[in-house]
Amino acid sequence: MAIPNVVNFLILFPFVLAALIFIQKEATPLRSIVIILGGFTIMIAAVYVAVNVLMSGDTSQYMYLTETHIPDKFVIAGEIFLMCLVCFLSIKYKKIYAILLSLVGTIPVLWMDLSGRVVEGNTHFRIDTFAAVMYLIVGIVGILICIYASGYMKDYHHHHTDVQDRSNYFLALMFVFLGAMFGLISSDNLGWIYFFWEITSVCSFLMIGYTRTQEAVDNSFRALWMNLLGGCGFAAGLMYCNIALGISNLSQVTDVNGTITVIVPVTLFAFAALTKSAQFPFSRWLLGAMVAPTPSSALLHSATMVKIGVYMLIRLSPVMEGTLTGVMITVIGGFTFFVASLLAITVSDGKKVLAYSTISNLGLITACAGTGTTEGVWAAVMLVLFHAVSKSLLFQTVGDIENCMHSRDIEDMHGLIIKLPRLAFIMIIGICGMFMAPFGMLVSKWAALKSFVDSGSVWLVLFLVFGSGSTLFYWAKWLGKICTVIHQSFELEDITPRSEMVSMLPLTTMIIVMCFAFPWMSAHMIQPILDEAFHTNIPDVIGGSDVIIMMIMVAMIFAIPIGSRFLSIGKNSKMTMSYVAGVNAGDDRHYIDSFGKERALYMSNWYMEDFFGEKKLLWPCIWISTVLVLVMLIVVVGGAI
Amino acid sequence: MTAWMIVKALIYILLAPLIGGMLSGLDRVVSARMQGRQGPPVFQPFYDVNKLLHKQTTVVNSIQVLFVTVYLIFTIFTGTLFFAGGDMLLVFFALSMSEVMLVLAAFSTNGPYSIMGAQRELLQMMCYEPMTLLVAIGFYYANGSFMVDDLIRTQVPAIVQIPGFFIGFVFILIIKLRKSPFDLSTSHHMHQEMVKGLTTDLSGSNLALVEIAEWYDVVLMLGIVGMFFITANPISRIWAIISCAVVFFLCTLIDNLFPRVKYKTMLIVTWSVILVFAGTNLLILNVLK
Repeated sequence: MAIPNVVNFLILFPFVLAALIFIQKEATPLRSIVIILGGFTIMIAAVYVAVNVLMSGDTSQYMYLTETHIPDKFVIAGEIFLMCLVCFLSIKYKKIYAILLSLVGTIPVLWMDLSGRVVEGNTHFRIDTFAAVMYLIVGIVGILICIYASGYMKDYHHHHTDVQDRSNYFLALMFVFLGAMFGLISSDNLGWIYFFWEITSVCSFLMIGYTRTQEAVDNSFRALWMNLLGGCGFAAGLMYCNIALGISNLSQVTDVNGTITVIVPVTLFAFAALTKSAQFPFSRWLLGAMVAPTPSSALLHSATMVKIGVYMLIRLSPVMEGTLTGVMITVIGGFTFFVASLLAITVSDGKKVLAYSTISNLGLITACAGTGTTEGVWAAVMLVLFHAVSKSLLFQTVGDIENCMHSRDIEDMHGLIIKLPRLAFIMIIGICGMFMAPFGMLVSKWAALKSFVDSGSVWLVLFLVFGSGSTLFYWAKWLGKICTVIHQSFELEDITPRSEMVSMLPLTTMIIVMCFAFPWMSAHMIQPILDEAFHTNIPDVIGGSDVIIMMIMVAMIFAIPIGSRFLSIGKNSKMTMSYVAGVNAGDDRHYIDSFGKERALYMSNWYMEDFFGEKKLLWPCIWISTVLVLVMLIVVVGGAI
Repeated sequence: MTAWMIVKALIYILLAPLIGGMLSGLDRVVSARMQGRQGPPVFQPFYDVNKLLHKQTTVVNSIQVLFVTVYLIFTIFTGTLFFAGGDMLLVFFALSMSEVMLVLAAFSTNGPYSIMGAQRELLQMMCYEPMTLLVAIGFYYANGSFMVDDLIRTQVPAIVQIPGFFIGFVFILIIKLRKSPFDLSTSHHMHQEMVKGLTTDLSGSNLALVEIAEWYDVVLMLGIVGMFFITANPISRIWAIISCAVVFFLCTLIDNLFPRVKYKTMLIVTWSVILVFAGTNLLILNVLK
């Protein structure tokens, strides 16, 4: 099959599928079948395209589609539709400021389109190696989340009877989202990217507001205005490119050999990317996004929404090297990484910890991309890959734990390894994948550290080392809570449906396989990206002997627990109660105090809220980063005009 | 080349517990003399561990043993990696992973004192983690490599270029070796407010494994101290050994001089010291480069 046809299929089919799901109001087996079959079709198609592109050796052949009169009409109609939708909902919920941002972002672009000031005649699609890698992420991780959602939403409405069941609408939105993602990744034309960019903004807005509670409405509008603000930045960059510079494609902007000074649009696009990937000062929308059902959090945090921002930044990376924009983006990213990891210590809501951790990791990716070095981009792409897999798995597990235990608070996960062993085990692998030694995220963090050192960014090195200290703290204490073994506690009923396991098991396997596969991934996926972006290759960032040692570590981690089963280590020891400096009252959760009364005993984790709690840290950090963003915009954009 | 690395690794695996145990004994003797006591014989830690190994082991749960075993194996692995000439960054990553295992062993017991010790140990890790990573970066700035094998073949000792890192590292060494004023996670003596913290619910051979792991750890830490002085010149090794002795004595002295501090003080003081000494040093190096 020709690649262009499959790409068209990938962009259009999710919309068709969304319509098919939307018309099935009830959570019937038929709907699940449609989702699973459709989802796997998309996944196979995405992998097919990605593999073909990766194996082709020459990706310039996949730049095509110059003649676009009819699709352009659809794009314009779509933009008008999105604008009207936002206006309608803003009036309905009396949030007028969103209308203003929507109009500012859309009307000028429409005027430009209709008045024929758009530069035409360039190719609209570009499927290069980076696009192929993103295809793999969206196609595999994104689809697995959708499949997970089909089972999850049923349980969700079992527990939340107060929420009106509109799961058909929710699931349809998820597929619309994926379609927009494929479109965005495939497009090279800035106008089209902008269109898909706006679809994802509006989709996330609709998903966050799913429950229609006051909190959900407020949070969804916060997500909307922040993303629309970024969209305005994008629109400005788009118009500047078309009208002032006479270029219409992203590849022309990011061409390192180009002669045109593109720093103004680059800065504007980078600004838009900051809002999308929820960097400080725009982080609050992502924190608010967790009011929505878990699949949307997983989708927004891991595979799609926030990844668009860093996707854009990585694309822009070659032209940011050594510019003020690059420096500011790096500083904002490093700052976000550090501050978000401190804030993650202070919250006990599992999803919120994940949200802060997402912001923190995206900060690291942003910082890597901002350095504009080859090593930086290497680390950034690796981070994107590992983060997508680990984070979506963690969100799904938290969602299932919430369905089983009716709480997602980390304190309630005390003794999870006894209560829900299967989910606990998956979660342990997910958490280890986020921070522990031989696993994926650490490989990329290591590469990031090397790239910061090599590019001489001292401040970033400091942000990174202090940030990794606090990252270690919040993950390890969560891990500790899960691993606690409580006496006389019993297994809860694990009601995780099989369709969710269909999604979680592959992700768990992927985390483990990627530990072994990262040298291969580096050679076949990331080196070609560097080749396309910088026209150069780099020596292995993490080389020969280190890889072998990492492999030994991974093997040891899995061999020791298995070996200990066979050798029956510790099986002959005498069992006892834990020490409570008094008399245990039958188990390790009660003791007899000095008055002879039985008292309960519970050790909570440390949150240190009075030290760096949200109340203390969040707003000052938002103001600091706002100043940074404003300085960037005023100096670079203002300076050029 | 590879054979020589294996020999070095084996020497470490065999000798490190002996040296570590001796150092631990010396520490007790010197401490006792500072307090005007006679103190135990130098070999006392070996007698202690021997006795622990022969006692009946009581456990709170069965995965506790697993975590402690992984902790020991990974601590030895980390040290082996360092002394065989591996990558400094990887050494520190592996080190923090092995520490996490010990913390998990304490968490798994669900005992109040163990969990308190575990939380405090995690906080201690958060305090010293930046510095350990910075040490690797400092060596890289000074000598252009992360590999220990290359770093010991320089002409000028690293201390000349990265004295700030040295100060920072010696400072966090007090935390790493769990010495007062930063012995928050486990006290040397029973009858204190957190009993034995992290190791409260470990006994018998499990506790012995932790002790042995700590011996390996001490040798590794002093090895890193020595790295600051070692050059291609063989005589530099004597300086390295002297510096290790001085640093170790200093830790014992500080241990006896200061009372335990609160965790907030520890966090603020440690991060400030790291930022002021190592951070400034890093800035200067970057400017000079």
